[in-house]
Amino acid sequence: MFRVVKAEQLAEKIFQIWVEAPHVARNARAGQFLVLRIHEQGERIPLTVSAVEEDCVRIIFMAVGKTTLELSTLKAGDSIRDVAGPLGKPSEIGKSGTCIVVGGGAGIASCPIIARAARAAGNRVIGIIGARNADFLILENEMRESCHELHIATDDGSRGFHGFAADVLKKVIAGKKIACVWIIGPAIMMKVTSKVTRERKIRTYVSLNPIMVDGTGMCGSCRVVVGGETKFACVDGPEFDAHEVDFDLLMQRQRVYFDEEKAAVERYHEHSCQCGTGGHHG
Amino acid sequence: MGERPAAERLHDFQEVDGGLSPEEAVAEAGRCLQCKKPTCVRGCPVEIDIPAFIARIAEGDISGAARIIMENNLLPAICGRVCPQEIQCEGQCILGVKETPLRIGDLERFVADHERIQGPVIPLIAEPTGKRVVVVGSGPAGLTAAAELARLGHAVTVFESLHEPGGVLVYGIPAFRLPKEVVRAEIDQLRAMGVEIRTNHLAGTSVPVSDLLSYDAVFIGTGAGLPFFMKIPGEQLNGVYSANEFLTRVNLMHAELFPEYDTPMRHAGRVVVVGGGNVAMDAARVARRLGSRVTLVYRRREEDLPARRAEVIRAKEEGVEFVLCANPIRILGDPFVTGVECVRTEICDPDDTGRPEPAPVEGSNFVIDADMCIQAIGQGPNPLLIRKLEGIRYGRKGNIMVDEEGSTNLDRVFAAGDVATGAATVILAMGGAKKAARAIDRMLRGSNR
Ligand SMILES: Cc1cc2nc3c(=O)[nH]c(=O)nc-3n(C[C@H](O)[C@H](O)[C@H](O)COP(=O)(O)OP(=O)(O)OC[C@H]3O[C@@H](n4cnc5c(N)ncnc54)[C@H](O)[C@@H]3O)c2cc1C
Ligand code: FES
Repeated sequence: MFRVVKAEQLAEKIFQIWVEAPHVARNARAGQFLVLRIHEQGERIPLTVSAVEEDCVRIIFMAVGKTTLELSTLKAGDSIRDVAGPLGKPSEIGKSGTCIVVGGGAGIASCPIIARAARAAGNRVIGIIGARNADFLILENEMRESCHELHIATDDGSRGFHGFAADVLKKVIAGKKIACVWIIGPAIMMKVTSKVTRERKIRTYVSLNPIMVDGTGMCGSCRVVVGGETKFACVDGPEFDAHEVDFDLLMQRQRVYFDEEKAAVERYHEHSCQCGTGGHHG
Repeated sequence: MGERPAAERLHDFQEVDGGLSPEEAVAEAGRCLQCKKPTCVRGCPVEIDIPAFIARIAEGDISGAARIIMENNLLPAICGRVCPQEIQCEGQCILGVKETPLRIGDLERFVADHERIQGPVIPLIAEPTGKRVVVVGSGPAGLTAAAELARLGHAVTVFESLHEPGGVLVYGIPAFRLPKEVVRAEIDQLRAMGVEIRTNHLAGTSVPVSDLLSYDAVFIGTGAGLPFFMKIPGEQLNGVYSANEFLTRVNLMHAELFPEYDTPMRHAGRVVVVGGGNVAMDAARVARRLGSRVTLVYRRREEDLPARRAEVIRAKEEGVEFVLCANPIRILGDPFVTGVECVRTEICDPDDTGRPEPAPVEGSNFVIDADMCIQAIGQGPNPLLIRKLEGIRYGRKGNIMVDEEGSTNLDRVFAAGDVATGAATVILAMGGAKKAARAIDRMLRGSNR
């Protein structure tokens, strides 16, 4: 059992939880993730380790599926049945010059820890965070503190630049020498945004989020194709060279359980209404 | 007791084989010839004194029989159910020449189940030695090493990356072949012996290698959990699974009970399973229980199927169709699987494993309609921890190299089970782990580190 120390809503549908998990906290590095299972009947889901403080780790998630909806109802003092990790390879951070960390939507959750590590390694770090609108934007202050320079974009212009993170990235890299870029967000956002750095051949990493089960290389559910080769995202990644990733395949495989997930969410809403235990009503 | 009819067992995950009743067991034991030079013992990888335990059963002394078995086999309830007896003890039984061989596996299981029902017996534990041993992995190898080391008085900590201990016994082998209570009883017994089992801990990351090496000895039993894929076109389509994923979703995560359990599994009308081993049989039979029509494709002949004979027969009874001497070359669909294109094979000369090598027959292509394809073509050791153990010697297939006693080239580091042998059997994992545990004990008593 792992104790929830703090739980709160950050933005529309986006929540953060601090959970006590010393084995993860003491060993996690930027770019790694954990796998959790809320209770005995739960599924195993991967979530990025988005910050660490002593024996606690922070996870940030958008409540869209049955498990994340249920997770969003947890309060301080509740517990999570299983937390395994840290999993995956850490981000490849060296001293290389100017780095850019781009986050989209809930993917912003993964950015500050990478920005801080890159900065600590002696790089100049530029942050770009984007969301649908101001209500969906998270971690603005934390990113401002972690980066030398921060840009904000919203699709509707309700905060910062009116447009996509990709548009901002295009402007930021213009005429500058950029050592490397991280892009983390929904698959489609990573696909579109990484095109911006392709021509200039700027080293660009994306963090892939395929469906996982164990998260340790045992099942192959998480397989992705990178540079024409099959890789297991949980052990070979989750970060890969953005310009080699087959994003269409990633998006195709993310939809395997689309019908089942939809049914589970409907059932969850029905159930939480009837029993009145205060499930999240989206 | 005995086997439940196929039509009944297809509707649940309860054990297929009910085992022997006490009367049946005593009667069966009475058939033993008590050979002076028992060939069965030679067929047993851990050399259980088979005639001796059979004689006890015949006398009605079941606990006595259990003591004899436990001298060599710490997991008899499991081995009685999953060992390939037909190529081990029973394959060597003299009775088999004229009639059916003695049902040694069933008798072993009978004894073990009888003892389990009596409640756990904590074995005598030696004086604490003050030495700390870390065991990585909680499959048959890890469980055996932990039990043996604890019994010898060492303080044992087991790290397991999954949320439940047991390795393949819980995530791979389905409950209808190995009920989970049987595995849980072994684990409860370990805990009662003072072994600390820490789940959700991936050695190499949750526990850094330097922490592992700070113990007085390290035992690695991480198995061969990395699934192989065939590397044929269409493998990334939705509906293509490794057997490991398919079985884990059901056995460990209970996808068959979705939506009461949260892990989903797509319903597939028709499933093609590729492979001919125990893993393939298990996947095929699980798929039958999920309501699918199942075709198993294997590239060699029926007599070459490496699975336990009993499971092949049961798979057929349960309606699994076998397409032998055929091999998939492509999976069709967009983006969901719609079929598996295969080619006929013909059997040529034996390959380097001594098994006949199948060769594709040109122009013999045919398609099996399917909406799911499960690949059960083998697995190798997971490299995750091995690559972090600087300087450890491993073979071409990624297996850790060990000597007779399970010691690796690294000081105080031992390994056994599938991680050392490549995917093998429960009994070999257990036997290897026991030898390694003894070697660790000798080392710890010899030195005063
Ligand atoms: C579906 C299936 C059916 C089978 N049927 C039979 C049968 O009928 N008869 C038979 O004799 N054999 C059978 N086998 C083979 C048998 O199960 C294996 O040979 C045996 O389990 C090997 O035991 P092990 O302890 O070496 O490894 P495993 O059982 O694989 O256990 C290894 C454990 O280590 C854990 N682990 C791995 N890496 C780490 C790490 N870095 N840190 C912490 N933990 C880690 C894994 O999660 C796992 O729990 C079958 C195998 C499968 C997959
Ligand atoms: S999630 Fe199972 S191998 Fe990656």
